Amino acid sequence: MNVLDGNALAGDLAEIFAVDVTAARFVCAGCGHADAVATLQLFGHAPASVGRCPECTDVVIRLVRADDRVFLDMRGTVRLELPMSGS
Amino acid sequence: MARTAVSRRLNWRIGTVREVRQETPTIRTLVFDIPDWPGHAAGQHIDVRLTAPDGYQAQRSYSIGSAWTDGGTVELTVQKLDDGEVSPYLVDVVEPGDQIELRGPVGGWFVWRPAQTDPVLLIGGGSGVVPLMAMIRQRSLAKTMQPFRLIYSVRTPEDICYADELRRRVRDDGGLDVRYVYTRKTPQGWPDPPKRIDVATLNTYGWPPDFAADTFVCGPTSFVETAADILVALGHDPRRIRTERFGGK
Repeated sequence: MNVLDGNALAGDLAEIFAVDVTAARFVCAGCGHADAVATLQLFGHAPASVGRCPECTDVVIRLVRADDRVFLDMRGTVRLELPMSGS
Repeated sequence: MARTAVSRRLNWRIGTVREVRQETPTIRTLVFDIPDWPGHAAGQHIDVRLTAPDGYQAQRSYSIGSAWTDGGTVELTVQKLDDGEVSPYLVDVVEPGDQIELRGPVGGWFVWRPAQTDPVLLIGGGSGVVPLMAMIRQRSLAKTMQPFRLIYSVRTPEDICYADELRRRVRDDGGLDVRYVYTRKTPQGWPDPPKRIDVATLNTYGWPPDFAADTFVCGPTSFVETAADILVALGHDPRRIRTERFGGK
């Protein structure tokens, strides 16, 4: 399977959130590694993607798109730090 | 309708292919007209969605190759992956006048903006050069003289994307230079044998760490990891290195 990275999640996340989540920093619940969501190892393509920690490969984000809803599982990140412009 | 009232939400829209350009035997640029395009930053993407007659959909994210000016175009440069679901259609089938469903611009991390005035090091493998080219074109529009250096790894001289334009820009855009790395076949008289990007390449042709350059690395996963690891080992600040991997070989 082709490995992409979190940059490729930008569109699916922009459908849900008002800010660009790929520029946010995650903190991996498994190993504590922190970096931009864009750096996650991404497996799969829409409608189902899994983002893994580039350090320990634990699952950080799962995103599944169904016809009329999105399932977003973020149990693998203990925190998201979002850059806000104008604040 | 309730859905259109949620104005901030990113929606799919229709782009019309105005022109196609074959860049290399396996890489093609699609020039789009997209009504009400809000503009984009260099390094951003567009998601493309194809729908089969039976309703099956395939979606992929592609880097925008063009820099934005008012009245400008939106260009995607796409490499064909033989086992791909979307790229063979975009590279071999699409013709001017065709309409494609897309959404964007998206992505705000692997992005260079002219307000960033530090030197820039661009490291591209194969079609990973596409978002880097958008940065080079954006720099040219901004008419800055800030140092930009591209290290571009390709299999053979025939695989260089944007070859003529890069040659012209190196000549005309002061402060830009380009170094090629050939992995399978070099031009005649090239000083090095074919090789992959290595410590010597980045040490010799990259900026020294104390330049504190904004560094962008884009290419296949193994290329990106190798280049980023070398940069960090050479003393570059990992926080200044931004990476983007794609699924090609």
